[in-house]
Amino acid sequence: MSPEMINLIANSTGETLYMVAVAALIATAFGLPLGVFLATSGKGELFAAPWVNRVIGVIVNATRSTPFIILVVAIIPFTRLIAGTSIGTNAAIVPLTIAATPFIARLIEGAIREVDQGLIEAARAFGATPLQIVRKVLIPEALPGIVLGLTLAVVSLLGFSAMVGAVGGGGLGDLGIRYGYQRFMPDMMLAVVVVLIVLVQAVQTIGDRLARHLNKRIRHA
Amino acid sequence: MNAHLGYLGDQHAQRLVPAESIVRLEKVSKTFPGRDGQPVTALQEVSLAVPQGSILGVIGRSGAGKSTLIRLVNGLEKPTAGKVIVDGSDIAALPEAALRHARRSIGMIFQHFNLLSSRTAAQNIALPLEVAGYDKAEIKARVEELLALVGLTDKRNRYPSELSGGQKQRVGIARALATKPKVLLSDEATSALDPETTRSILDLLARINHELGLTILLITHEMAVIRNIAREVAVIEGGRIVEQGDVFEVFTRPQHEVTRSFLADESGRALPPYVQNRLTPEATPGSQAVIRIGFRGPHATDPVLARLARDLNIETNILSGSVDEIAGRPFGTLVVGVPEQVLGTTLDFLNKHGLDTEVLGHVA
Repeated sequence: MSPEMINLIANSTGETLYMVAVAALIATAFGLPLGVFLATSGKGELFAAPWVNRVIGVIVNATRSTPFIILVVAIIPFTRLIAGTSIGTNAAIVPLTIAATPFIARLIEGAIREVDQGLIEAARAFGATPLQIVRKVLIPEALPGIVLGLTLAVVSLLGFSAMVGAVGGGGLGDLGIRYGYQRFMPDMMLAVVVVLIVLVQAVQTIGDRLARHLNKRIRHA
Repeated sequence: MNAHLGYLGDQHAQRLVPAESIVRLEKVSKTFPGRDGQPVTALQEVSLAVPQGSILGVIGRSGAGKSTLIRLVNGLEKPTAGKVIVDGSDIAALPEAALRHARRSIGMIFQHFNLLSSRTAAQNIALPLEVAGYDKAEIKARVEELLALVGLTDKRNRYPSELSGGQKQRVGIARALATKPKVLLSDEATSALDPETTRSILDLLARINHELGLTILLITHEMAVIRNIAREVAVIEGGRIVEQGDVFEVFTRPQHEVTRSFLADESGRALPPYVQNRLTPEATPGSQAVIRIGFRGPHATDPVLARLARDLNIETNILSGSVDEIAGRPFGTLVVGVPEQVLGTTLDFLNKHGLDTEVLGHVA
């Protein structure tokens, strides 16, 4: 493999990591409160607002059912508004974030719904406010589940990032399509796939370890 | 069943002076919207007063309404009608913020402990204090005090998954006491524990009641819990309180069917099968009358059957018997058979000697 090829792969890996990391961070910042709200705003729950809950649920589902490549193209005007341009790595972060936010919200909702209702009752019984219940009970108790959910989201983002080549986003997927497929360089294609496999493995392993470390429900030997 | 209830021992006269009640339910009703649109009534015009410093137990089968009742006291449920007065304020009428503040003086412990798995024993106990805005040094000192009180000082850094059921409930109790409440609500706190652990938790609760003067309101379906620590009892069935009063009074002279059925679970109350199967409501030629004799308080150890034989020459046939302790006082039960023709004389004799009698039926 030539030095240029290695250089290309290194650059593309950097782009992928950059896009995924920034998108994951922003999507978590939005997805966490959204997920908490979805998990606590049903009928009779802490922040009961069944109608708002339903409306947000529909929006989240709609975003999640739009194929990513269509989402990328469909929101170009919005991307331009936010990133100042519709082309390039920074521009690609916008659709990645928008696709990941509802996904993360649902994962966090699921993790929080796993928390035993008895803990909410106990917290209410000793006088905690709904916000204190979220901060001191729900999120800490759901943390292992949240970490696993975020791990899943990052792995999915690595997959999504392969499609942003369509708007000049760069990254490993784009490299694989342009060199491996269009220029017919099977070794480049193979290299891209290998790097992606290593990345996914690394993310999953770190996520699993962290979740296990945080989970005190299981007795550690 | 035909109950002969005479004589009320004057040793209970001191109960007539009512202590000030710290928790008072006044004609409280609660209905839930049912699944099929039909409202479900959980409680109907329940009135209950818990005297300051006492331990009151509410006993009932599952679905009798006891969970709803205890949740009304700290406002986890709102009554449909009636008043819930705790320490002078109407819990049901308080706005949310005031209610949260009031809850700091009402501790609660749970059947399944409800501890945070992500926090150690000490951190779990600290939680209500963090929520109430205590500063770090105060929290640390108070948590140490509480760990010592429940005997878990050496387990302070253990997570709930590393503790036994009894230890978890001790953490639960310490957490409930963190903000120095005046009332402790116990929601089936020992129902998930084995008998020995139950005993140690009940001892701890009794000690806290005694040492801290804490009023305890507990709900349970276990007779043993009531018998071991409660001073007053209310029996709940179908959303109504069917009987209430001093534990010894209620359980030695049960008036309601449900109370009797709880007692039947206890040893010595249930008739042995060979008697039960032959029992008929009417006397037949040559049959014997079966009487249950209750020996209470000062009479619990009287040799009354011997006297019956000596003074009246009446021979009794002992069918079953036991001596128990209820609310710290001895209580004996004896089931005997006597010849039909001397039934009246026997009952008169026993009642005259201050014993409770109940004719259960007749056996041929």
